[in-house]
Amino acid sequence: MYAQLVDTGVKRLKTLEEMSPEERAFQEKIDAEIKIEPKNWMPDGYRRTLIRQISQHAHSEIVGMLPEKNWLTRAPNFKRKLQLLAKIQDEGGHGLYLYSAMETLGADRDEEVAKLHSGEVKYSSIFNYPALSWADMGTIGWLVDGAAIVNQVVLQRTSYGPYSRAMIRICKEESFHQRQGYQILLHMMRNGTDEQKAMVQDSINRFWWPALMMFGPHDSDSPNSAQSMAWKIKRMSNDDLRQRFIDQTIPQLELLGCTVPDPDLKWNAERGHYDFGEIDWSEFYDVVKGNGPCNRDRLRIRRKAIEEGTWVREAASAYAAKQKQKNAAA
Amino acid sequence: MSDWTLFEVFVRSKHGLNHKHVGSVHAADAAMAMENARELYTRRSEGVSIWVVPSAAITASSPDEKEPLFDPSDDKVYRHATFYELPKEVGHM
Ligand SMILES: [Fe+2]
Ligand SMILES: [Fe+2]
Ligand SMILES: [Fe+2]
Repeated sequence: MYAQLVDTGVKRLKTLEEMSPEERAFQEKIDAEIKIEPKNWMPDGYRRTLIRQISQHAHSEIVGMLPEKNWLTRAPNFKRKLQLLAKIQDEGGHGLYLYSAMETLGADRDEEVAKLHSGEVKYSSIFNYPALSWADMGTIGWLVDGAAIVNQVVLQRTSYGPYSRAMIRICKEESFHQRQGYQILLHMMRNGTDEQKAMVQDSINRFWWPALMMFGPHDSDSPNSAQSMAWKIKRMSNDDLRQRFIDQTIPQLELLGCTVPDPDLKWNAERGHYDFGEIDWSEFYDVVKGNGPCNRDRLRIRRKAIEEGTWVREAASAYAAKQKQKNAAA
Repeated sequence: MSDWTLFEVFVRSKHGLNHKHVGSVHAADAAMAMENARELYTRRSEGVSIWVVPSAAITASSPDEKEPLFDPSDDKVYRHATFYELPKEVGHM
């Protein structure tokens, strides 16, 4: 999802009998749905896994602003511009809520951001695709934020208190993102020219498969899932989340009067779910490895933002120090 | 930015209610913490008042103290109104 391949460093689950008394008390708390709070004892692996997952999630929110910012100065009217601006500001806020949650685990924000910039830590593969048309602002809100919501709604029940509370706050804001995106598309499909309608379909064609990849590899290819599920950091498997997303999205797609580029997609009455075709996993791993259409550009812009903002941070620190001196003298 | 002070943010959502902890921000000083808190935690009129407090100024009880601190009140049921059973004739009290 926003954190797609989080390594727990654990090869096999321990049984309760194999655990130390501390570990056992910890696991029993988790099993009883009691939230873990910052000052509570926790296994190193739990702490490390959470730092990885929350930092990836935070980086995704921050990098996720980049494809959309491209359209701020190109929005078709002032109302749409204000809406997009508000949506993008929310994403920045989500990144900050998550960095704060990560800091309660003892991680340092600057260090984690440096790891993003050096390529050591990833963000969601979806943000390595370009936003080529105005319709993409609709599709991103509808499909990308839509997929994120499916994941984040479940994460509200994650076992770590600060992460769970950040998710609750984020989920409250997300539905605005998805609705504004869907409304952009609906407006184009109902009132647009043939060219504009074709633009919507083209946008969905480009984003459909990358949106499904957001949920990460098949369960059978997710060696870290078992431990993350036992710790209740993760609460639902990649494949189950993906299925849930598809099931709730297809009726919305039909209302738009559009299609997805998957000949195998069809309702399966027996399963009560949509069947769908196989994802091109080589594309997914390629993008994760850094070879997507925009990977280099995204990181370049992030680094540039930090570098060019240095003087502002230095000026703020100098001003604060001066004020402090002044107050002490007075 | 990690060298800036960490502030805890408390927001009063409505007149007459308590301030409630909502999260934290980094800032060079208290005035900047206030601005950051406003941008981050009250974008949708979530509040009518904000407090920012340096995190280092907060003394928190530790989880190991949970029993000595809170257990003693567990067996004092007579501190709750429901402990006192009264005849129906008394009505609502
Ligand atoms: Fe977000
Ligand atoms: Fe998002
Ligand atoms: Fe969003």
